[in-house]
Amino acid sequence: MNNQPELVLLKNRRPDRPATIEEYRAGGGYAALAATLGKRSPQEVCQLVLDSGLRGRGGAGFPAGRKWAGVKEDAEFPRYLIPNTDEMEPGTFKDRVLVNADPHLVIEGIILSAYAVSAGKGIFFIRPSYEMDAELIERELEVARDAGFLGGNILGSGFSFDLEVHRSAGRYICGEASAQVNAIMGKRAHPNKEVHMAHQGLWGKPTIVNNVETLSCVPGILRQGPEWFKGLARTESGAGTKLYCVSGRVCKPDVFEMPIGTRLSEILDLAGGMCPGAEFKAVLPGGASTEFMPKKFYDVEMDFEPLKAVGHRLGTGAIIVFDKNTCLVGATLNLIEYFARESCGFCTPCREGLPYIRDLLWRIEIGEGKEEYIPLLREMARHMDRSYCAFAPGAAAPVLGLLNYFEEEIREHLSQKKCPYKGLGIEFRDSLIPMEKTESTAPENS
Amino acid sequence: MLPQEIRENIQRLIEAAERPREQVINVFYILQKHYGYFSDEAVREAAALLKMTPLEVEEMATFYDFLYREPVGKFVIQVCDGVVCWMFHENSIFDYLCQKLQVCAGQTTADGLFTVLPTACIGFCDRAPAMLINGVFYGPLTPAKVDEIIAQLRSEHCDLVICK
Repeated sequence: MNNQPELVLLKNRRPDRPATIEEYRAGGGYAALAATLGKRSPQEVCQLVLDSGLRGRGGAGFPAGRKWAGVKEDAEFPRYLIPNTDEMEPGTFKDRVLVNADPHLVIEGIILSAYAVSAGKGIFFIRPSYEMDAELIERELEVARDAGFLGGNILGSGFSFDLEVHRSAGRYICGEASAQVNAIMGKRAHPNKEVHMAHQGLWGKPTIVNNVETLSCVPGILRQGPEWFKGLARTESGAGTKLYCVSGRVCKPDVFEMPIGTRLSEILDLAGGMCPGAEFKAVLPGGASTEFMPKKFYDVEMDFEPLKAVGHRLGTGAIIVFDKNTCLVGATLNLIEYFARESCGFCTPCREGLPYIRDLLWRIEIGEGKEEYIPLLREMARHMDRSYCAFAPGAAAPVLGLLNYFEEEIREHLSQKKCPYKGLGIEFRDSLIPMEKTESTAPENS
Repeated sequence: MLPQEIRENIQRLIEAAERPREQVINVFYILQKHYGYFSDEAVREAAALLKMTPLEVEEMATFYDFLYREPVGKFVIQVCDGVVCWMFHENSIFDYLCQKLQVCAGQTTADGLFTVLPTACIGFCDRAPAMLINGVFYGPLTPAKVDEIIAQLRSEHCDLVICK
């Protein structure tokens, strides 16, 4: 067994600063670009990425090659590539670490991917809390431009591509591809399911939106081949490595690059195990819009298919660890509070349903829950599937996880008429809708 | 009145863009920086410069949480209330800040220095609990660290503006 797994995305990571272009090139950086532009056809590049089995790392896990194939050969120009660094999924910080570790790996991945779909312009979409990273990318884009990797006729290949940074002003929904495109066009960032991004995306032109971790896998695939990439995985169905971000009650919260399909237990060991005195209770395996997984999944392989087989989702691979002293009703309330606030308000199930779920959870958390709330929560959470985009079903996931695995904990709240865990769930009470006064305390008409 | 220099800067930005609408957020940020928040005058200026209606500008400005349609202090403190930071909030940093500064969420201190806002997960879950002040990251926080940071901002009045 190989104890030291091969690093692909974070091999140039340093404790104190991003890798420079020289350091990146010393390790073979930009070699794929020189060997590809004008030497392989865009179709070949698409096929190699398709063969590699690379699946999107932004949450949905859609095969990157198939997404690219959505842009047909005779599709119109200009075409756009949007590297998505919005990373608003709670618990997720891998893209920030990746961009900071090796900005030129990210940039090379973007250029190669743009070549695959013949995009002439890229728009690097980045959230406002990553302003320092936006500035870093802008500086490094300049360096790449000076080196001749961006701009007109790159390396004499006849392929022209340039990349600019788009600063967002917040909001979770901007991470959704069609909402992101609306945001770039200076419109309110509502999702748009009427059109296909690969046909009519940004400015009505073919557009590909990919997470930056996905794009950063491309130089390796082109340099070392699809078989190599598949071989990196620990699972039969998987491909590549994955950036797992571990946070919560562990000793060393951080991003760990591991072969995709590494077992949850092993990743948690890398994060130093549980904090002193803390005992494992549950994880959210892939950010806030995945279901809680209790101890029985402790050894699950963290990859798309193995998780799907046990009814879960890899999401962004952001593992949030909860210990025995943390109230999961409170945690779910916090998550639903987040989703209710971030809902764009465009469709009714999401806009009205999430606050309804929040109020039920809040009543349970403060000890005013009733038995009938449990089936009601389940019903409401299931109805989230009727919303316009994937936001609300994602928001319902932790609620369903709570109901499926921790119903006992909800019942403890009901029977004790209080939160058994010091009631951490109502920290941010000012942002909650005030509960109406109960009849006994309401002022009487005199 | 928007100073001529800023107006020209914005006009150059818009002219250099392929389509003016792609510069909306950048223009909003510049105006917000000048007025201290995205004021009614900023809405009118943005509409005129971008050839949008004030309603279209309003529609955008009220959507985003890093654009402030109401006056804010010199330092906007955005306390992360994502689930990971929440987990470490036994002595809630948010409540602590509000008590220390004697404000509620969204309010500004009497000296006009600080506004405290709860904010969506800021992506620093490895250093929870965390907050941003004018876009600069601080974490992991304790009440003592918060005291130190506030004292420093009060005394130095540094120009800490990365994203505001």
